[in-house]
Amino acid sequence: MSLLSVDGLAVRDRAGTALVENVSFEVAAGDRAGLIGESGSGKSLTALAVLGLLPPGLTATGSVRLDGADMIRAPRGHGTAATVVFQEPLTALDPLMTAGRQIAGPLRRLRGLRGAALREAVRSALGEVRLTDTDRIARSYPHQLSGGQRQRVAIAMAVACRPRLLIADEPTTALDVTVQAEILDLLDRIVTTHGTALLFITHDLPVAARVIRHTHVLRHGRVVESGPITSLIAAPEHPYTRTLVDSARRFDAALERTGRA
Amino acid sequence: MTEPILAAVDAGYAYRGGAAALSGVSLAVSPGRNVALVGESGAGKTTLLRLFLGLARPTSGAIHFDGAPLHRQRMRQYRRAVQAVFQDPYSSLDPRHRIGRIVAEPLRGLGLGADPARVTAALDAVGLPADTAGRYPHEFSGGQRQRIAIARAVVGNPRLLLADEPVSALDLTTRVRIVDLLASLCAERDLTILLVSHDLGVVAELCAETAVLERGRLVEQGPTSEVLGAPSHPYTRRLLASVPRLPA
Repeated sequence: MSLLSVDGLAVRDRAGTALVENVSFEVAAGDRAGLIGESGSGKSLTALAVLGLLPPGLTATGSVRLDGADMIRAPRGHGTAATVVFQEPLTALDPLMTAGRQIAGPLRRLRGLRGAALREAVRSALGEVRLTDTDRIARSYPHQLSGGQRQRVAIAMAVACRPRLLIADEPTTALDVTVQAEILDLLDRIVTTHGTALLFITHDLPVAARVIRHTHVLRHGRVVESGPITSLIAAPEHPYTRTLVDSARRFDAALERTGRA
Repeated sequence: MTEPILAAVDAGYAYRGGAAALSGVSLAVSPGRNVALVGESGAGKTTLLRLFLGLARPTSGAIHFDGAPLHRQRMRQYRRAVQAVFQDPYSSLDPRHRIGRIVAEPLRGLGLGADPARVTAALDAVGLPADTAGRYPHEFSGGQRQRIAIARAVVGNPRLLLADEPVSALDLTTRVRIVDLLASLCAERDLTILLVSHDLGVVAELCAETAVLERGRLVEQGPTSEVLGAPSHPYTRRLLASVPRLPA
C-alpha cells in the first residue's frame, strides 16, 4: 500500500464552491512526487488537506490515507508520518523563539528527548542541513538569520523526527538562485539518505525537474495530466502542460542563445 | 555614442553608521540598450535603484541624468523621463482608488492634466480594456495588476523605466506575457529599461547589457551575450550554474 493515497479529493469553501475537485494520486514510500500548478491551481490546498490542516471554512471530501490514517475523517496530529516546509520561512517560524527551541519542540514531543540528548539532537539536526556554527544558529531568533539559513532551520525542524513523508510547498521560491540550488541539493540528499518520500509543490517546472520523478499538473483544482516529469516535459499532452513547458523553454532558450553567441 | 539617460559615476553609498552598501559603481543606461542589474539579496541592487530614483543621494560619486548631476531643481524633468515599476503588484497599487485614478497619478504629479484619453491609451498599450479604469485593484489578478503598474509608469511617455524584479512574483506563464509586453513597449515607445532581476532567463530575453553586482561592487558588466555567454567572474559563473534548467 502507498504511504500516501489521495482518492477523489475535493475541497470546498462555505459557499460550496469546489476549489479542488476529484484529485487522486499516490506517493509510495521513498518516492518523489510533484504537484505542479500556478496560483489558484489548488496545489497548496491539496497539501493542507493531506496534512489535515485546512483553514476553518474549508471542508475536504473524498479520501486521504496517510500511513494508514484517515486524514479527512480523523485528522488528528500527523505526528511523524508527514511534515511540511513552506515557502516563506519567516512566517513559518515563530519570531519569538530561538531556532534551537523550535527544532527541539517536535524532538521533545515525538521522540521524548530531554536535556543533553535533546541538545545533541538539535545540534545534529542543524548539522544535517549543513548549518555550520550550530551553537550560534541555535541561539538565534529567525530575524537574525538570512533567508537561506531560515529555510534550513525550517527543514531541520521538519526532518528532525524522521517523517516518512516530507511535503515541500514552494520551498525555494523566496530564495536567491544560488541559495535555491543549495536548498534543492540539500532536500535531494536528505530524502535520499533517509529514504523519506517527498511531495514537492511548485509552479516552477525547471525546479521540479531537478528533484522529482513522477508529477501531477494541476489547473483550477483539477489534475490535467500525470506522468514522469521527463516525459511530461519532452511530450506534454494537455494544452495547459504544453503552455507551462513552452513558458519555461522561452527563458531557457534565451539563456541558451547567450551561451552560444 | 548617444548620451546616457541615467548614469552612476563612481557612486558609493553607506547607510548612516554602517559599512558601505555600494562602492565605486559606474553604470550607464543609454537609449535603446536595456540594462540588467543582476545580483542577490544584499548585493546592493535596491540601494543603487534608490540612488537612481533620487530617493537617496550617493555618499560619494554622483548620479547623472542626461549628462549632468541629478539635482533637486531637475527632479521635475527627471520624473517626466524616468518612471518605475516594482516587484509586488499587490502592494504598489492603492486599494482605495479606482484604476483610472491610479494610472493617471503621474500625469497629475507632472502637471500634465489627468486626460482620460491618455489613461485609456496607456491601458490599451498594456493590453487592458478601457473599462478597467472604473474598477479597483482587488478585482485583478497578479499579472493584470502588474500590467496596471506598467500602464501607470508609461502613461506620461517616459524614456526610461526602472523595473525592480517586475516579474518575479508572477507565475511562469504570466511572466512570459509581461516580458513580451515590456519588449513591445520598448520597441513601440522608444522606451529603455533598467531591469533589476535575479532571473537570468528574463535578463537574457530582455536586456542587451548586463551588470553583475556582488557585495556593493560591480564585478562584471558588458553585453549580455558576453557576461552570460562567457562569464569571467567566479560569482557570475556561480549564478549561471545555479539556474535550474529544463532537461534536454
